[in-house]
Amino acid sequence: MKKTVLTEKLGFLSLGLAGLLVLSVLIWIIGDIFMNGASVLSWEFLTQSPREGMTQGGILPAIIGTFLVSLITIIFAVPLGMFSAIYLNEYARQGKLVRFIRLSIRNLSGVPSIVYGLFGVALFVRFFHLGASVLSAGMTLGLLTLPWTITASEEALKTVPKSFRDGALALGATKWQAIRTNVLPYAIPGMLTGAILGLARAAGETAPILFTGAAFFLPFIPKSLFDQFMALPYHLYILATQHQDIARVRPIAYGTGLVLIALILCLNGVAVFIRYQYRKKARMSS
Amino acid sequence: MRTTSPLQIPSEEVKISVRNLNFYYDETKALDDMNIDIPNHQVTAFIGPSGCGKSTFLRCLNRMNETIRGTRIEGTILLDGTDIYAPEVDVVDVRRRVGMVFQKSNPFPKSIFENVAYGLRINGLKDKRKIAEIVEQSLVDAAIWEEVKDRLFESAMGLSGGQQQRLCIARALAIKPEVILMDEPASALDPIATQKIEDLIQKLKKNYTIVIVTHNMQQAARVSDITAFFYLGKLIEVNETGIIFTRPRLQQTEDYITGRFG
Repeated sequence: MKKTVLTEKLGFLSLGLAGLLVLSVLIWIIGDIFMNGASVLSWEFLTQSPREGMTQGGILPAIIGTFLVSLITIIFAVPLGMFSAIYLNEYARQGKLVRFIRLSIRNLSGVPSIVYGLFGVALFVRFFHLGASVLSAGMTLGLLTLPWTITASEEALKTVPKSFRDGALALGATKWQAIRTNVLPYAIPGMLTGAILGLARAAGETAPILFTGAAFFLPFIPKSLFDQFMALPYHLYILATQHQDIARVRPIAYGTGLVLIALILCLNGVAVFIRYQYRKKARMSS
Repeated sequence: MRTTSPLQIPSEEVKISVRNLNFYYDETKALDDMNIDIPNHQVTAFIGPSGCGKSTFLRCLNRMNETIRGTRIEGTILLDGTDIYAPEVDVVDVRRRVGMVFQKSNPFPKSIFENVAYGLRINGLKDKRKIAEIVEQSLVDAAIWEEVKDRLFESAMGLSGGQQQRLCIARALAIKPEVILMDEPASALDPIATQKIEDLIQKLKKNYTIVIVTHNMQQAARVSDITAFFYLGKLIEVNETGIIFTRPRLQQTEDYITGRFG
């Protein structure tokens, strides 16, 4: 009796410690970046271009660059992911083809991001002649987020009860009418949540944009989607490893990291907010 | 074994005529050689134990089984003499003419008004006055207008189970079907709500042909004109309800309605 109590307590303790350890690592990372990066944060840092070989000035082009690329990623990946999910979940006959598509999606999520980068070069930069640009990089990141968007969209579609579809069909709706008017409205928040989480992942990636459009240093903001751009993660990489005076730019590197993390946390926050609103609505309607 | 059906319905009064119908889920035969005539402006009840195929058969009548993967159908179902499974027939058109009320009330998470207007909108009606008119008339016909007229724009999810089911009936009525299929419409309702649905069925048969699946034999006896007894995927016996419940021809039917099995 006593032994089981002790085992129980020990087990509970070790589980709790594991959880705490994970939490403390996260807090440490964020805390470290905040402590070291907060000092360079200023209005100028957020609104100016880098100067004097990136030892002075701000990171505005990198912020704008990451923002623009993210926008392309969303515009490219969300419809593609949504439509694939609608096809897979609503239209496709379950068979070899669908199994193969699903297998491909699972494999896509396991492909290393540098491989996406090389693929992006081959497909967008060279084959489609889009050059190293915001567009190429955005679409490469879009490919990277596709597994997330498709899976999340499918899950969202699955949560809409069959009775919504049947009810509409029995009233003489065509299949597409039933999906458009009586399934998608209830699935879209879930789809968006998945897309945003995928985007948050993509916005922090360096490898896929390395060859497809991110620039080492540009003192200006991209004027068209065919321009090269600076991006926060790549800028951070440069400052931390490639700069001629790493020690001097370290605070700027930390500041860049802080802005990047804040941006991603904001994106996650938006996703949580949408999901929360959606759950609230779902509770009211059940 | 052929269906025992001494019933002779004059052909001009037949609304739906089913001949040699077989139905399969993958390789499993769920319905075996069904033959039945469903008369116009009457209530036809399908009774039988769980799993006997009565709901499956009902869903054949508006082609709703097509939404289930791996199903296959053989034979003919004539609606006013036209085969609803003929290749040139549009399934959407069939479902507009043959409406359906499900076992579990399934209002959409929209307002009461929008639930009833849904079928009109997807059918392309845009005239707001006309929509409002039909919505009101449908709610009146479904005997729920008095209860909801002051909260038409509130969520339908706030209605009680019985009200939700009558709303679903109103929703089906709005697109003016000729036939209404009801799949155990009162199985989840309390006796008072059930009573209301049954009264409603009696009223509706003036204008519609009604087919109702029910577990409840008293309900079949109370509401229907014709009763069909299903067992193990076969249609065993069809006759006037009064005769089925007092002098069935087959021992099997008698055993079921007297509660000896099922």
